[in-house]
Formats: sequence, C-alpha cells, structure tokens
Amino acid sequence: MQESTSTVSLGHREDSWHGELNFDSRLRRARLGLVIGLIGVLMIFISFTSAYIVRQGLPTFDPATNTLVRDWFSVRLPNLLFLNTIVLLLSTGSMELARRRTLRDAKSADAALSADSRIPWLASTVLLGLSFLVGQWTVWRELAASGFYISTNPSSSFAYLLTGMHGAHLLGGIFALLAAGAVTLVRRPIEFRAVLVDIVGWYWHFMTVLWVYILCLLELAR
Amino acid sequence: MATGEFAGHIPHAHAAPQSFIRKWVFSLDHKVIGLQYYFLALTAVFVGMFLSLLMRIHLVWPGVSLPLIGDIKPETYLSLLTMHGTIMVFFVLTTAPQGGFGNYFLPIQIGAADMAFPVLNMLSFWVTFVAFLVLIAAFFVAGGAPLHGWTGYPPLSALQSAGPGEGLGADLWVISIALFCIGALMSALNFITTTLDMRAKGMSMMRMPLTCWAWFITAILGLLAFGVLFSAGILLLLDRNAGTSFFVPLVTVNGTMAAHKGGSPLLWQHLFWFFGHPEVYIAILPAMGLCSQLVSVFSRKPIFGYKAMVYAMLSIGILGFMVWGHHMFMSGISPYTAFGMSVMTMAIGVPSAIKTFNWIGTLWGGKIRFTPPMLFAIGFVSLFVTGGISGPFLAQPVLDIPLHETFFVIAHFHLIMGVASIFGIFAATYYWFPKMFGRMMNERMARLHFWFSFVGTYAIFMPMHYTGMAALLRRYSQYTELAYMHSLAPLNKFITYAAFITIAGQFIFLFNLFWSMKRGEKANDNPWEATTLEWTTATPPPHDNFGGLTPVVYNGPYEYSVPGAPQDYLMQTDAATKAVGH
Amino acid sequence: MGLALLLVIWLITFISTFIFLAKIWWLPTGASAAAAGIDHHFTITFILMGIVFVAAQVFLGLFVWKYREQNSSRKALYTHGNNTMEIAWTVLTAVLFIGLNWASKPLWASERFDPAKSGAVQVEVTGMQFQWYFRYPGPDGKFGATKPELIDPSAGGESAVGLDPADPASKDDVVTGTMYVPVNREVEVILRAHDVIHSFFIPSMRFKQDAVPGLAIHMHFTPIATGDYEIACAELCGLGHYKMHGMLKVVSQKEYDKWLAAREAEKQ
Repeated sequence: MQESTSTVSLGHREDSWHGELNFDSRLRRARLGLVIGLIGVLMIFISFTSAYIVRQGLPTFDPATNTLVRDWFSVRLPNLLFLNTIVLLLSTGSMELARRRTLRDAKSADAALSADSRIPWLASTVLLGLSFLVGQWTVWRELAASGFYISTNPSSSFAYLLTGMHGAHLLGGIFALLAAGAVTLVRRPIEFRAVLVDIVGWYWHFMTVLWVYILCLLELAR
Repeated sequence: MATGEFAGHIPHAHAAPQSFIRKWVFSLDHKVIGLQYYFLALTAVFVGMFLSLLMRIHLVWPGVSLPLIGDIKPETYLSLLTMHGTIMVFFVLTTAPQGGFGNYFLPIQIGAADMAFPVLNMLSFWVTFVAFLVLIAAFFVAGGAPLHGWTGYPPLSALQSAGPGEGLGADLWVISIALFCIGALMSALNFITTTLDMRAKGMSMMRMPLTCWAWFITAILGLLAFGVLFSAGILLLLDRNAGTSFFVPLVTVNGTMAAHKGGSPLLWQHLFWFFGHPEVYIAILPAMGLCSQLVSVFSRKPIFGYKAMVYAMLSIGILGFMVWGHHMFMSGISPYTAFGMSVMTMAIGVPSAIKTFNWIGTLWGGKIRFTPPMLFAIGFVSLFVTGGISGPFLAQPVLDIPLHETFFVIAHFHLIMGVASIFGIFAATYYWFPKMFGRMMNERMARLHFWFSFVGTYAIFMPMHYTGMAALLRRYSQYTELAYMHSLAPLNKFITYAAFITIAGQFIFLFNLFWSMKRGEKANDNPWEATTLEWTTATPPPHDNFGGLTPVVYNGPYEYSVPGAPQDYLMQTDAATKAVGH
Repeated sequence: MGLALLLVIWLITFISTFIFLAKIWWLPTGASAAAAGIDHHFTITFILMGIVFVAAQVFLGLFVWKYREQNSSRKALYTHGNNTMEIAWTVLTAVLFIGLNWASKPLWASERFDPAKSGAVQVEVTGMQFQWYFRYPGPDGKFGATKPELIDPSAGGESAVGLDPADPASKDDVVTGTMYVPVNREVEVILRAHDVIHSFFIPSMRFKQDAVPGLAIHMHFTPIATGDYEIACAELCGLGHYKMHGMLKVVSQKEYDKWLAAREAEKQ
C-alpha cells in the first residue's frame, strides 16, 4: 500500500471522467452505444423475419382432407406505401444535412453561430417523419377498407406487424428529434446537442434502411 | 483513502446530488442503481421462495387449506409454478448478479467513474421495477395469475378459454416480460459500452477481473437474446388479443372452435428457446466469474488458467446460441435437427468442465481461508458439478425420451442454474458488503446460513433425480391419479420437509444483512486483502468512485503470493513490485 | 472448517451415489423392444458420469481440507496454470461427451429416423383437455375423415374425435378410451391434439412424444410383454393435466383380434 503522488503519471485517459470528456470521445462513446443498441433492435426484426419465412412455408393440417395444405395468400400492398417510402428517403436526406451541420457547429471555433438564416433541416425531418407515419396509418385504413385486417390472414398479420413495429420505432426517433430541438431552447452546450443529433441521425438512417428492407420482404418474398 | 498508482488530482466535474429524490430514487449513480436492482431481486426471491413452499405443501397435502390463502385448487397450483418460474428466472437470476452487482462493481473494477450512460441506467432499473409490479398485478386480477408455466407454450397461453388465469392475468404476464426485455436491452447496451470504452489506463481486456469478463459476455448474450423474446411476446399478445394466428392452428377447446387457424405452436418454442437457452447462461455466467474471483482471493493464488477461463466463457456464449433445440427433442421437430443440436449441447459441456477443473486447480496448492464468501464459492463448485452431471443425460435425445418433463429436469436446472446462481449471489453479498456498507456481515450467522443452504438444497434437489428416473412428471398439481406415482410419496414428503428447513435458514441471511448494516463490525478499505480496483478506494466508494483520481493499472487481477513480494497480494495499481505473468 | 467441508461433501456424494447404485428408485421396467437399448445406454452414461461426479467432488473436498491455511510460513503455489493440462482435459472431456452422444445415434435413428414398417398396427391417438382417445382404422385400413365442427367431447367416442359419418372410410373406425395392442408387433401411433399441446408418455415403453395441434406426428414402438401400462400426459395442458391419463393394454394377437371384432360389432 503506497501513496504514490510522487510518481504521478500524466498519461491517463482523459475520457474516463464525465467532466473531462472531450467532444470527440463523447461522440465516439455515444456512437458505440448506438451501434450496440441497434444490434438489439435488429434482433427483434430478425426474429420477425424468421417467423415470416417460417409461416410462409408452413403447411397446416386440414382435418377435412387429412392432409397438409398451404394457406399463405399474399396481401396486395397499397401504392401509397411507395409514396411513403419516398417521403422517408427525403426525411433521411434532411436528417443527414441537419446532422452534418450540427456537427460542424459543434467543432467550429465560433460555436455560437446564430440559426436564423439557415434552413431548418431538423424541423423538416420531423415534419417528413410525421408525414410518413400519417401515411402508414392511411395505408392501414386502406387495407382495412379492402377487407384486410390484422387477423384476416397470415400475410396481412405480418404486414400490419412489421409496419407497426417499424412505425413505433420511428416515433421514438421523432420524440428524440423533438428533444434535440427543445435542447436549443434550453441553451445547453452545443456539444450536447450535436451528440444527440448525431445519434438520432444515425438511428434515423437505420430506420430508413430497415423500412426499405421490410418493404422488400413484403413485396418480393411473397 | 485511495492507494496505489494514481494519475494526479483532477477537478471534479459534476458534484454529487443532494436531494433525497436525486440521491436515492432517480439516482444516476451506478452504485445506487445497483443497490436498487439488488433489493428488487431480494424482494422477488422471497416472493418466489414463498410460492415454491406453497407448491411443496400442496404436493404432499393436496387437501389442506392454508391460513390467508385457503385451498390450493389445481389451477392455483399451476399459477404458483408459473409465477415462481417467471419471478425467479427474470427478477432474481437475471437481476441480482448483473443489474445488482454488475452495475455496482463493473465500473469500479475497470477504473471508471460510472457507467457509460447513467440516465439510461436509471431508466433500465425503473422499467424493470414496473415490469415486476405488472407481473405481481396478475395475482390480483379476475381469473388470477396465468397457469401456462414460465415457458408459456401456446395454444395454452394464447387462448383465453384454455383455462382460468389465461385471461387478463396472462396478458399482464406477457406485458411484464416485454417490459423486462426492454430494460434488459438498455442495460446490456450500457455494460458493453462501458467495458469497451471506459477501462482505465493499463486495464487491458486481459487484465480485467473475470467478474468483468462475465458481466461483459452476459451483456452480449442479453443483447442478442432479449430482442427475440420481445418479438415472441408481441406475437403472443397479438394472437391473444387481435385475432392473429402466429402460433395457433385450428383448435377446438371443449367442443368450441376457436377463431384461429394455420399458426404453429412450434414457432413459439423456437423463438422462446432461442432466447431461453442463452438466458440460462445469462443466469450463471456472473456467478462463474465471481467464483473464479473468490477461489483466487481466498486461496491466495492466481486463478488457474486465466486465458482458458476467458475462452471458456466466450465459447459458452457462442455455443449457447446453437443448442436451443435440446429443449424441443420431444416437441415434434425433425429428428435430424434434434441430433445436431444434441451434439452441440454435448460440446457446450466441455468449456463448463474446463472451468470446473480450473477452479479445483486454483484450490490445489493454495492457502485457503474459509471466509463466508469462500464457503459459498466452494458450495457453488460442488453444486455446479452435481447440476452439470445430469446435463449429458438430458442432452442425448434417446435418454431424453424417458427423462423429458420429469423431475430429473427440475433437479438439473435448479442445481446448476437456480441454486448455484443463488450461491453466487450470497457469496457476492458477503464479499462486497464491507465495500458497500463499511461493515462486515456477522460470520457466525453466515456459517450457519451456509450449512443450512448447502445441505438443505442437496436434500431438496438430489432426491428429484430419483423421482425423475421413476417417471414422476413435472407440473402436476397432485400425484393421486396415476398408480405408478404413488410409491414416490415418501420421497416427495422428504423433499417438502427439506424445503421447510432450507427456507427457514434463509431468514438467518435476511436478518444478518440488515443487522450488519447497523451493527456489523467496522471494516477497513480492504478487509479481504484482495487485489482488484474496488479495494483501492474508500468505503463506501465516493460518488465518482475514486475521489477525483484516475487509477493506472500495472498488474493482472490475481497476483497473490508473488515470490519476492513484500506481502501475499499485489494491488492491480501497484507499480513498484513487478508481477510475473501478465 | 476444512475438515467439515470435506466430510459433508464426501458424505453427500457417497450417500447419493449409493442410492443410485442400489437402484432403490430407478427407471420403470422396460416392456418395449427399444427399452433394452435405451436402458443400456442410460447405464453407460450413468457409470461414466458417475465416475466424473465422484472424482470431482472427492478432489474438491480433499483440496479444501488439504490446502487450508494452517501456519503462516507455507506459501501458496504461485502459478498461472498449465497449458498442457488445459489441452489434455479439454480433449479428454470432448472425447467423452461427444463420443457418448455419438454412441447413442443408432438408437435414436432406429427410434426416430425410420418410419414404421408396413404391417404395423395403426392407432391414431388424439389428446384433448383432459382425455386420450384411440382410433383404429378397421378392416378397410383407412382412417375416416374428421371435421373440427363435428367435435363434441361431451358425447365421447366418435363424436369426441369429430368423426365424419359422411366419409365411407369412417364406417369401420373404432374409437375407444383404452388402448389395446397386440404383443410383439410394431405399433404405429399417429399423434394429434385438438386444443393445446399434450404429450403421449408410456413410461414402460420408453415412449414419449408431444401431440401438437395442427400436426399429425407418426411414431412407432413395439411392445414385447403383455400387461397393463399406464399412459400419462407429459406436457402442461391446463388445470386437468394431472389427471389426463390412460391405459395401454398389451394382449396376445388373438385377444386383440377378439377385442377389435367386438368393438366393430358394437357399431352395427
């Protein structure tokens, strides 16, 4: 047991401590956390995918004929779904622009740049995101109007399930964006906002890629 | 007062919170959150134990009416066992070792000030807490708690008409599990990021204590497995309430056709067990990590084969995702798949055996100190061996034919997962109590608790191998109907008496825990003369764990009895004495 | 304390091993063609794993006593391990575990890979809350159709399985609550379930298989001794799970034929 203040080594890791954490290290840590978290979310959708594939190919026992029969009839997806996809892709574009700008602001010398003469990319993303969700809700209404409810047949069940789970996750992203917007009003340091916007940005892109994947699954794996 | 090598004095960036709410309720401090998880698990384990006691009483005296509880009807028995399993697996075994001790000690053992994301940490506890309340609520709603077992196989769990308790109680059960999954995923994220990104200078991965490796690998398993359980839960909730048929084929309950068709009950089993098998490793890995720690500290010897221990835990983690079919040998899966899964299952026995050899190897040539944590660590090894030995029987599908669904299985998983893991929790409590509360737990009471628990759990679970071989089936609310089961009644009685005695012994622990917080003998900063970072800091550790200093690590975590060293343990932060090894 | 631990660990080990070896409680007597092989493999597993169990507990007990801290002059052995030993016991354990499993493969294959041979006695076994029903195809050798809408458990027998009288093949189907089979002939069982998962378990025949709604699972076994054998449900199926039992009666071929003919005659 020795007091070793006389042999102090100054090569310690600055980023082990909250207060001393520099922006780059905090950003890196937050991104690491996001990647790990997204793996968890990915597993949810991988499970749904395996359930989808299994169910599609599953014969079920028909007691009337004493044989196994297939009962998968693909539901036809409304065209609105493709319009929604475009809206989501646009939103991912505006999200990326918002993300890059906020990062630039955080790293630049005059971090207190005023926001008034600039295009509100963040707000656009929120609006586009909400439009997407409203569009998804409308798709659900269209499906129901043509007689396809969640319980109608296995294909329609999966259509509602996958779009619903994706929508729920996207809604979470929208709340995070609103929080990022609110942060500006509360005047927290720009670095804090930049990390939040960066994380939500990557999360948003993941949600877009996930959506394209779900669309392909529903459309192509019929 | 922190000792060893420290990298200067850094001004403290955030001050400790002052208000009661910020300090003890919505705390962001991993130490407080760890204690919150621990006390949640402590509450849960006593509830779970009480349920099992009611079960054991009913099996031996089916007609008996108990005070306050009344008659235990067949459906009540089944809800007791469902809730017992769910509470124990999720709210005890997945909560105390990881959420409790992992939260408290991972950051300190790697030299960090807190977890990577303190707000997320706080949220993960409160989500888990709400999940527990939702589960307990199932007891009090119309129809009561579900009766479909902790494994919840549909169609039984998917049809409201399949039995009492399968109404709102079953919905609450699913919702509770879904919430638990969310809390577990958040926690896993935190543990992994913290381990990868916040180790102090000199704390390489291969210098981490094996407890940290165990928490790290457990978190990875949780990250990959809980999402699958969550998705299964959503599908089940939809089948129950939205008329979908993911899991339910065309069925007729008591002459009435249900409004489902085409679903597959096996789909649930695949999803559930893909989660469920890694889950049993989630339950046991932290205890394995701790056992390694304790046999080393209290033999005054480095752990035998540190690298092998790490590789063994990694293999268990990876292989753990490839064996889930062994829960389904009799379910109707392809016999070829079954055999493939069984080969992998036998393979996963190998790293577990390696760990056992290494624990025994650490004891060999040591200078063993029989402290309370060491007693429970030794007990852990014995119980792990016994529970493990029944594994290779069940892993071979042809032997699973007579043994599946019998008490042989119950003996196996209780010994190797339930009791062994609980011994790990006890060991951890006795070991880290001085660091958390500044006092020692009473040693005499601890020894008494150990003997009650060690002999008691063997008395409860060893006979279950015999009843299982004799084809006594599990999840039966009474054994009055089948003639061949009558001869096993005396053995069942013995088990129930053993349960009474063992459970009584647990109150010694409960008393000791709270009594020692106020009256225990005062402890210094390193009462066990151990080497890892938590023993370099004050007791209890300050808000940022190291009092504004950053540890610098020079040695591995198990440098005991180093030849030529001034004392028989070398702190990880000790730069002056050079260790041989890593 | 070291001595106490050694004694208790050894005592628990020896007492429990003794009870195993004395077979005070053991697998029920086997009465099927597969039982001998399964029981033999069980014994081999038991002996090998028993040796490992006893050895591990003996060494654990021995070491905690032998290496207890007695006087402060003896130092603990400073070693980080031994790679040769690690490799050795890894290989040995792997050979033991995987070898044991591989040795069981022919048994599993004959039970499950191969379907029933032609000429086997066919019985359709249907599980429902909380009763087993057995259906025989009759002289035409064909099972008649069943319809879920015709299922009426309260009426028992043919109505319980939902037999469709409109199908000509149903006319000679016999449905009973007790299972009769002739001795020394392979029995093909077709397992079905109406409501939830059940499991058809005959301990003496070393036969167990889940009955899953939506599936018709084909299995087989060959009884080799006459007698009455209890059938238990081995998958939690609801509040009556504990009393969902049946009886298998293994009789001579002549008695079986007589019994079946009597059931057919009742249908007229």
